[in-house]
Amino acid sequence: MAVETIERPRPKGGGAVPFSGVLWRFPWLRPLLLLTPPLLWFVVIYLASLVLLLITAFWTIDPFTTQIVQAWNLDNFRIIVTDSTYWSIIGRTTIIAALVTVTDAVLAFPFAYYMARVASRRVQTLLFAAVLLPLWASYLARVYAWILILNHSGLLNWSLQSVGLPAANIGYTNTAMWLVFSYIWLPFMIIPVYTALERVPESLLEAAADLGARRWRAIRDVVLPLVLPGVVAGSIFTFSLTLGDYITPILVGGASSNFIGNVVYANIGIANNIPFAAALTMVPVAIMAVYLTIAYRLGAFEAL
Amino acid sequence: MRFGALAVAGVFVLTACGSSNSPATTTSQQPPTANMKPLTTIGPGEGQLNLVLWDGYADKSWVDPFTQQTGCKVTQHPAGSSDEMVSLMKDGGGGQWDMVSASGDADLRLIYGGDVRPMNVGLIPDWQNFGSFFKTPPYNTINGIHYGVSLQWGPNTLLYSTKKFPNKPTSWSVIYDPANKGLVTVPDNPIQIADAALYLSKTKPSLGIKDPYELTQTQFNAAVDLLKQQQPLIKHYWALATDEITLFQNGDVVVGAAWPYQTIQLKLAGAAVDETIPQEGATGWADTWMLATKAPHPNCAYLWDKWVSTPQVQAEQALSFGETPVNTKACAEMDSLGGGGSCAQYHADQTGASYFDTIKFWKTPLADCGNGQTNCVPYAQWVSAWTTIKG
Repeated sequence: MAVETIERPRPKGGGAVPFSGVLWRFPWLRPLLLLTPPLLWFVVIYLASLVLLLITAFWTIDPFTTQIVQAWNLDNFRIIVTDSTYWSIIGRTTIIAALVTVTDAVLAFPFAYYMARVASRRVQTLLFAAVLLPLWASYLARVYAWILILNHSGLLNWSLQSVGLPAANIGYTNTAMWLVFSYIWLPFMIIPVYTALERVPESLLEAAADLGARRWRAIRDVVLPLVLPGVVAGSIFTFSLTLGDYITPILVGGASSNFIGNVVYANIGIANNIPFAAALTMVPVAIMAVYLTIAYRLGAFEAL
Repeated sequence: MRFGALAVAGVFVLTACGSSNSPATTTSQQPPTANMKPLTTIGPGEGQLNLVLWDGYADKSWVDPFTQQTGCKVTQHPAGSSDEMVSLMKDGGGGQWDMVSASGDADLRLIYGGDVRPMNVGLIPDWQNFGSFFKTPPYNTINGIHYGVSLQWGPNTLLYSTKKFPNKPTSWSVIYDPANKGLVTVPDNPIQIADAALYLSKTKPSLGIKDPYELTQTQFNAAVDLLKQQQPLIKHYWALATDEITLFQNGDVVVGAAWPYQTIQLKLAGAAVDETIPQEGATGWADTWMLATKAPHPNCAYLWDKWVSTPQVQAEQALSFGETPVNTKACAEMDSLGGGGSCAQYHADQTGASYFDTIKFWKTPLADCGNGQTNCVPYAQWVSAWTTIKG
């Protein structure tokens, strides 16, 4: 290395130094130039807005003009902590997000296993298309399709009645939200689980078989631990997407189905109470921070 | 690290800019633009008009002839909520927007925010033909100064299934009755608290509710309690008119609060429903074209307001959107455009005070009670109470 640096070319004419020469002379300049735009973007647009949000949460609004008053106080957080309504809304949001995540993981694993390790190339392509195709349709169209299935005189009740069963009253309930969320975010679980399954070397399964493990034993002791990071990676999508949603609760929710997002939306869109909305936004941010820390410990980021 | 320091510095620059906000203003005061002189004559059009409006309020069928006649090209920005309208109109429309078709729940915020300016109704000939209530309604006229010209309105009616209720319900009590558990729908809107207050003003006179938008803490709590008792009866809080139509069509609900639009659509689809204004009266919404304080094209704005106030356009808009014109002369036009009976269907034939006395029009709830007292519950609290009602 030291020998090569002796042959450093001199700038011609002693005037302007060619740009490539500058880069060559100051090797640290290259990564800096490459990284500055994305770093600036990240810091200014993303982190700065988060910091601004955090600061706003400590302000309040003038009740008359709904303009922001910069009087530092903890009122917004105090209301969230002391009012049981917000606890039940936060609890509902988190529990449904967790239920959706578990449901999707249970549904996705056998599906992805079949896709990755059993299906022929042709069937695999077809299944991939089947998984991704719903993502091409509008989110709203898919939610409305579920309203048509679940409502009082919808497809579900019609089918139940035609086989002589009593009508199910699922439309406009939290059960309906769970079903719709599970359906909508399922592809986001299948893809990372599929990727993780595909990475499991065939030789490991052969070794397990050589050592006498039957198929189920091999799946439990060899495949599942290796695929777990993929499941956790998928769960980051399903959990955070459900946690932040506010459209499905508006459309298929019942009388008591507000999500955190709905309250944030009501405070920004209707009341113009941005400080309170900012304070409430800190709740899912905190929940996701905890969740991502756990996911990181479980090695999910290597499977992304 | 250096980037972090930069970001923090940036934040402080931003906050410094925002700190010029005026301090709390709660007592009754003159709107900031009250002394601005309105136009006395309409000059030639500026060739351009920028509108913030409800989707469908500037339909091709009446915009095209307007542009042909006046040369004013119309640019539209449909808003999704009253609050989006208020944000777009911040700083007098920012020199970008000329007019806004604001609803009663946004009007006072725009007026007291100084975002809209007085208008000269003398330049709108059809104003003389408006129903007397809509010439000087409290939501757009303060101390005799007009901060806009009324446009259209609609009542919030009681919609019910005629199968479930063969006899017309006479009271709003049906939507608070446990017998209808799981079969009720009401709008997902904090202003719904006014509906409960209106009901209580008749059923519990001891509370002394005079105006459902000006509630003391005690009166407000009573209304909120009533709605909390109602919550278990609700099937769904509807956000879009089409949601409510679906609910009634599929038999998920049998009774609810609605607009005439839903009734008309459901009847067209053959559903067994009808609407009524019960004995306690009803709340209602009313829209106003308001002129931005910094409107860049005021002449085109007046020409537009003159145009949309004419009986023909009033009738066209009423039928296309499902609402009621404020111009009494529009009634005949409605019957000829939309078939006989259109006018009566939308209650556009109602002119008497007795009818409008039964309708309490939306206005922004303010701390100012309108009687010198300032202990009323302001709108921000209505929104947080609505969250606790829905749970």
